[in-house]
Formats: sequence, structure tokens, C-alpha cells
Amino acid sequence: MNGHRRRHIRRAELAAAGAFLLAALGAVGFAVGYAFGAQTQLEGVALAVACAGSAAGLGIGARRLGPAGGHVEEHGGFASPELAAEALADRVTEPGRGWRRGVLVRLLGLAVGSIGLALLFPLRSLIAPRLPGPTHTLRHTPWRSGGLRLVDTTGRPVRADEVTGNDIVVVYPEGHVGAGDAPAFVVRLDPSRFSARPPAAGVGGIVAYSLLCTHAGCAVGLYEQGTGQMFCPCHQSVFDLLAGARPVAGPASRPLPGLPITVDSSGFLRATGDFSSPPGPGYWSRP
Amino acid sequence: MIVRRLVRLLDSRLRLSAPVRRAMAKVFPDHWTFMFGEIALYSFVALVLTGTFLALFFEPSTTDRVYHGSYQPLHGKTISAAYASTVELSFDVRAGLLVRQAHHWAALVFIGAILLHLARIFFTGAFRKPREINWLVGVTMLTLALLNGFTGYSMPDDLLSGTGLRIAYSVVESIPLLGGWLAFLLFGGEFPADQTVPRMFFAHVFLVPAALAGLITLHMLILVRQKHSQFPAPGRNEHNVVGSRLWPSYTLRTLALFAAVLAVTFALGGLFQINPVWIYGPYDPARATSPAQPDWYVAWEEGALRLFPAADFRIFGYLVPSPFFPGVVLGALTFLALYAWPFLEARVTGERTAHQLLDRPRDHPARLGVGVAALLFYSVLVGAAADDVFARLLRVPVTSLVWTFRFLALGLPLAGGMLAYYLARALRAGSAPEFAELTRADLHRGAKDDRVPGDGDGPPAARIEVWQEFGLVWRWRYVEPTGGAKDLELTSNIDYPSEQEAAKAARAAYPGVPIGPGRPPPGLELPAAPATRRLGGPLARVFRLAAWLVVLRAVRRSRSR
Ligand code: HEM
Ligand code: FES
Repeated sequence: MNGHRRRHIRRAELAAAGAFLLAALGAVGFAVGYAFGAQTQLEGVALAVACAGSAAGLGIGARRLGPAGGHVEEHGGFASPELAAEALADRVTEPGRGWRRGVLVRLLGLAVGSIGLALLFPLRSLIAPRLPGPTHTLRHTPWRSGGLRLVDTTGRPVRADEVTGNDIVVVYPEGHVGAGDAPAFVVRLDPSRFSARPPAAGVGGIVAYSLLCTHAGCAVGLYEQGTGQMFCPCHQSVFDLLAGARPVAGPASRPLPGLPITVDSSGFLRATGDFSSPPGPGYWSRP
Repeated sequence: MIVRRLVRLLDSRLRLSAPVRRAMAKVFPDHWTFMFGEIALYSFVALVLTGTFLALFFEPSTTDRVYHGSYQPLHGKTISAAYASTVELSFDVRAGLLVRQAHHWAALVFIGAILLHLARIFFTGAFRKPREINWLVGVTMLTLALLNGFTGYSMPDDLLSGTGLRIAYSVVESIPLLGGWLAFLLFGGEFPADQTVPRMFFAHVFLVPAALAGLITLHMLILVRQKHSQFPAPGRNEHNVVGSRLWPSYTLRTLALFAAVLAVTFALGGLFQINPVWIYGPYDPARATSPAQPDWYVAWEEGALRLFPAADFRIFGYLVPSPFFPGVVLGALTFLALYAWPFLEARVTGERTAHQLLDRPRDHPARLGVGVAALLFYSVLVGAAADDVFARLLRVPVTSLVWTFRFLALGLPLAGGMLAYYLARALRAGSAPEFAELTRADLHRGAKDDRVPGDGDGPPAARIEVWQEFGLVWRWRYVEPTGGAKDLELTSNIDYPSEQEAAKAARAAYPGVPIGPGRPPPGLELPAAPATRRLGGPLARVFRLAAWLVVLRAVRRSRSR
């Protein structure tokens, strides 16, 4: 072994030793940091140093062994010789040969297949068996019971005279705050600007619509007063409240369903029934 | 000494020597593109490690409870247990935030590495016969990885991921005939259902990881059985594998890579905030964040949803909502195309032989063109998922950006794919070793596809040398003159008990290359002991073993000196 190579190896060994020591230090640093509740950044760096030190030490160790490569392994081929493959196929199909055994194998297939199909039935349990199925559930919302007051997101009933034209008020049916299919909004508009009638009865200029985008169900949260338009932040659909909440831009195809409302004798807004059509995204059996 | 004794102890019970020695001699090709698969593997390990920690603290339930943790803005608020426990993991469990963020980053690295790995398999034709099975296993792992990324991201019940979940629900709902039932089956009822988070949790921490672990095992078993493919180079052919041996050089390097992946994971997790759910707030069906972008690996679906126009229609009075096309059809076509590619290509090219040597991307211009077009298409979709951000930055209306992205999504892949196709033809036709050295003549030749004939100076004057070491075992090497100062030398990965077996292996690896005697490498020479060679039977074996031990000792002592 010549002196040059020996010195080279010596240096590599020193470097690897340093790296492993650094790794151990990093680990100790993490443990100490954890014990004293150090910041996430410090803990992360300490662990990273521990791992990076190990990586460096191992990498240098691999280099010390000399250059990579230099070996060759023969490849025995991918397939068996033709006869051997035939023999295997023969052996595997042996039990099924002959008329009766062929029938038996098929009947076994029938039995196993039937068991598999039968086991699919309990999947129905995953769809809340005592509750109505999707066709019914997707169509109706808590508003259906009629006469429910409109409450804001904290559960406080909304009075007709609180609704302004400046911004929308997000509402739920009383007793159902947070219900996924029920969120709606009310806003006051100037009826003389309507180019199409709202789909559901309003109160003076107050209109109520489902808040759920008819594209993919996001909350259509942004109201622009000047144009009377609602924007969906998810895929930028735009609904024109002056034209019956018709979609005027973006990927939504259907208008927002309207909510029929009245004012009760104490001045609170009440819904007289369910949305004019099922709220939210479309589905196969949607009317 | 301890290791030696352990080896003996195990061998005396399991007869390990032969199989383990063969496994340790397994040859791995040395090329940096072969590391992507390993990075995927090691980030999966990192995910399992960090995820186990998280699973011990996360509460998979949307039942409401009052938050009492140390994050002040949420103090006293009634929020779901899933969301509350995620915020507590971030602020009240020591090192919890580090592990949470490391887990999220590891997921991004995992999927990124899988995609790079897929790209290398694709562009080099490694999926061709006989490796189609591993391609199918791989595509399945990619779908599972995406699924696990999405479920993990959606579990904390925060506003951002809840919005994504709402969209995913709507996409499932849009499937004709079955949509509603399928959505109820998967999510447990009308959105947002109480069952959704517990189901996602079980899938995320058990079902999908277990399936992934099983498939990774299968992937590796098939890989070992078929051996690695390799790029063409001197000394490499369809009958061999050239590279480093598993033990020790490859083992050290791959362990170094493992440690490096962990280092990157923890550095990212410690230093770079990711998914700060406490800022987004809890999910609320009446609120949505703006701008809202999902993690990049689902962003192509999000971009497609933004670009696809409003196109609801009805069949016999039944509704087919427009998210069906970008949401379901595009995804299904994507994975169908991935699954089918090896078989489509074989059908089109009529190529059905087994391959051990890889293509260079240029060798197959059509495949390169299709791959580049696909990459561009999905990149444009990912970009489109941030169109609202671009619109704000550029101060242009979103609608005009949508149109720009629509044109890009159709035009860029076409243009890029064509360009890649013609450049590959030029590279293949001409003699330029690299893209940067392409000449105008190469471009012309590429357009007409008349290829410069290869050097064609016949087979190189290569030879095989076989020798005996310590008078005991036999090895061989492949020697090929390179024209330079040093010949190319490749040594057999393992030793053989007889000269005949060594020669047989050499002939299998290099059919037709002449075999002759050679000298052992310096340091391993030993004057053959003719007496022992003439002796037969057990006595000779004992004698040889003793001689070998003595020599080994001597060599080790001289090395350590
Ligand atoms: C969970 C994700 C995955 C892991 C952990 C993984 C891991 C690996 C590893 C470590 C190797 C050997 C080194 C290499 O060739 O890079 C490999 C080889 C291979 N992988 Fe994957 N892989 C994954 C996904 C995929 C995907 C998505 C595909 C393709 C669609 C794929 C197809 C293949 C093929 C065909 C080989 C053999 C390559 C050859 O011998 O040249 N894998 N994989
Ligand atoms: S959910 Fe509103 S535009 Fe997609």
C-alpha cells in the first residue's frame, strides 16, 4: 500500500469519526432540548444534525472502501427453459384435469364467488342503515319543516330590519346551527334592479339563498355590493343575485337554490319551506 | 469478536452461509437515478415512524369539546376533538409540532420521490418485459400514496382541509347512477358526516400503510428475483449486472441515504412551517378560506376542476354534473393510462423480448414526447390550481387567466411533446453525446430520421481471466481495453469452489468472450501448494481450510498494520 493512499484513508477515517461524533452531539442536543422544552426549530436542527452526521460518516466510510462499482454478476435469464415451464403448468393444472374434476373446480369457484358476493351485503351497514338513503337525504334539509326562524351563526334570530344591502348575513334554521346542508344567506337588494325574479319568495327587497356553491359545495362567501354578485373562493364561480342567483362565470352550472321567507309578527325572518331545489353540488337523481 | 460469534451461533442453527453470502454479493448498478426508489422507501419509513407518534395523540372524532390548550385564540372555544387534538399536538405535546411537520414534509418527499422514480422507469423503458408486474405494483403504490396523503391531510378537521374534503365529496357524488350511494358508503352519510374522520383515520394509519408495506415487499421481491436493469456501457450486456456489491459498499451508501432522508425530513419539519391548522380555524360549512390551495400532489385535480367549464347535462332526465369530468374521468383516465402503458407500448412497437439493458430517453422519441407532454399537462393543471393567487399577483381578472390556462393545458403539452420528439430524433440520429452539443446537421438528420451508423468496429478485444485465491476459491474478471491507460476491469461478485464453475458463470455473463487464466489481484497471491491439490478427500479439505485461516489472519494483520 503506497503512502499516498494510506494518508488519504487516514484523512477519510478522521472525517468519518468527526461526523459520527457530530451525530452523537446532535442526538444529545435533541434530548437536552426536549428536556428543557426547546423550540421546534432547535429540536428539528438537532435531530437533523444527528441524522446528517450519521449520513456523512456512512458516506465517507463507503468512499474509504474505494471507488464504487467494479463488480459484475451474471444474469441467469428471466424465464425457465421451455420444458421446465411446461412441466410447471402441467403440475399446477393437474388437479383440475378430467371431466368430473373440471366440474368440481368450477363448482368450487361458484361457492367461493357466492361467499364473496354475500359478504358484500354487510357493506350496507356502512350507510347508516336506520336512516334514509342518499336520494332522500340529499334532497331535503332541516328547513323543510317550515316556519323555522332564521338564526345567525351564533344562534341569534335575525330580524328583517337588521338585514342591510351592505353585506350578507349567514343564517341557519333555528336549532340546526352548523347543519351541513342548511347554511343560507340573506341580503337586501333593490327589486327594481332585478333582471329575473328570485326563485323563492322574499320580503320586500330581502332575498335568501343557499350558501353552498352548486359546483362542488364550498361556501360562496364573498359578496360584491355594487354588482349584486356572490363569488365562490374555491373555483371562482360567480352568481348574479339580481338575476335569480344565476351562475355568470366559473364552473358552476346551476343557480343557487332560493329559500322562501316571510316576516313574523315580531319582525323575525322565518322560512316557509325548503330550498327551491336541493342545495349544493349536483348528483344523478337531483331533480 | 462478538459479531463473529453471533454469525457462528446463527449459522449453526439456520445454515446461513451460502444464501447470505450470495445475498451480500448481489450487485447494484451505480447510477444516481436509481436512488429515487430508495428515497421513496426511506421516506415511507420516516412516515411510519413519525406517524406512529402522531397516532398516539390524535383523536379521530368530530365530537365537540371545549379547547383548554395553550393556544390562546382558541381558548374556551367548542371545537371538534380532531381539530382540538391537532392543535394540542402542535402546542402542548413536546416535540409534537416537530413530528407533525416532519410527517407532513415526509409525505411530500415520499410522493415527489415516487414521481421521479416513475419518471425514470418510464423514460428509460425499465417497465418493458419482464418488469411489467413491478410497474403495475408501482402504479398501485402511487394511487395508495396519493390516497394516504389526502386522508392524512383531511383528518384534522380544519377549515382548509375541510373545504378540500367537501370538494372531494362532491366529486364522488357526481358519479352517474352510484354517486350518492358511493359517497354515503365512503364518508358515512351526508356531508359533513360524523363517520368520516374515524373512517379516514383507520384507512390512513392502518389499511393503506399495511397495503403499501405489503406492496413494497412484493416490489422488492420481484426486483431481487429479476435483478436490476442497467444502462448500456462497456462491459454491460443483456446477461449481466454491473455495479457495487450489497456488502459492504452498497449497504453503507444506502444507509447513508436513509440517514440523509431523515435529516432532510427533520430539518424541513423543524425549520419550515407547514399546514398551520390553528391559523385556518376549525371547519365550518358556512365558511371557506381564500385563496385556498391543496397540497401539490392533489392540485392537478383542483386545477382541472377550475379549468373545466360548466357543462352539466342530463341523460333521460338524470343529471351528470360537470365535476364528473375533471374530477372522476380525468383521474380514471390518468391511472388507466399509467397501468396500460407497458402493454400499449408493446402492442404499438411489437417489441416483446425481455430487456436487461435500459433505453436512454432519446432512444425512443415517441415515448419521450408522450412523457414530456404528460408532465407538461399536469404541471399546467397544478399551476391552474393557483390561478386566484396569480390573478392577485398580476392584477388581472381570474376569468382571463382561466382562459390562458385552458390554452396552455392544451397547447403546451402538444408543443413540448413535439419538441422533445424532434430533439430526441436529432440526438439519436446524430453523433452529439449531449443536448448542448447538437448541431444543425443533427437537427436535419433527425427530421429525416437518417441515423449516422455506429462506430461498428466489431466486438472489443475483451477477455475473461480466471484465477485461484489462497489456493482455495476461484474468481474471474472481465477485462476490456479502453484505449486509455487503464483497462476496464470488472470482478466477479462472488467466489466459486471450482475453476469450472467460475468459467461457467463468466460464460453466462459474457457469452462468446474468450476465457483464460489470470493473476489474482496484488496482495492475494499465494504460491499454490501442489501437495494439497493432489490430495483428495476430507484430509485435503481440512488442510485447505487451515491454510486459508492462516492466510486470512496474516492478511488481516498486515492490513491493520
Ligand atoms: C411506494 C412507492 C415506491 C417505492 C418505495 C419503490 C421502491 C423501489 C426501489 C427501491 C427500487 C429499486 C431501485 C430503483 O430502481 O430505483 C424500485 C424499482 C422499480 N420500481 Fe419502484 N417504488 C415505488 C413506486 C413505483 C412506481 C410508482 C413505479 C412505476 C409505476 C415503480 C416501478 C418500478 C420498476 C419497474 C422497478 C424496477 C426497475 C429496474 O430494475 O430498473 N415503482 N422501486
Ligand atoms: S365549489 Fe364553488 S366554484 Fe367550485
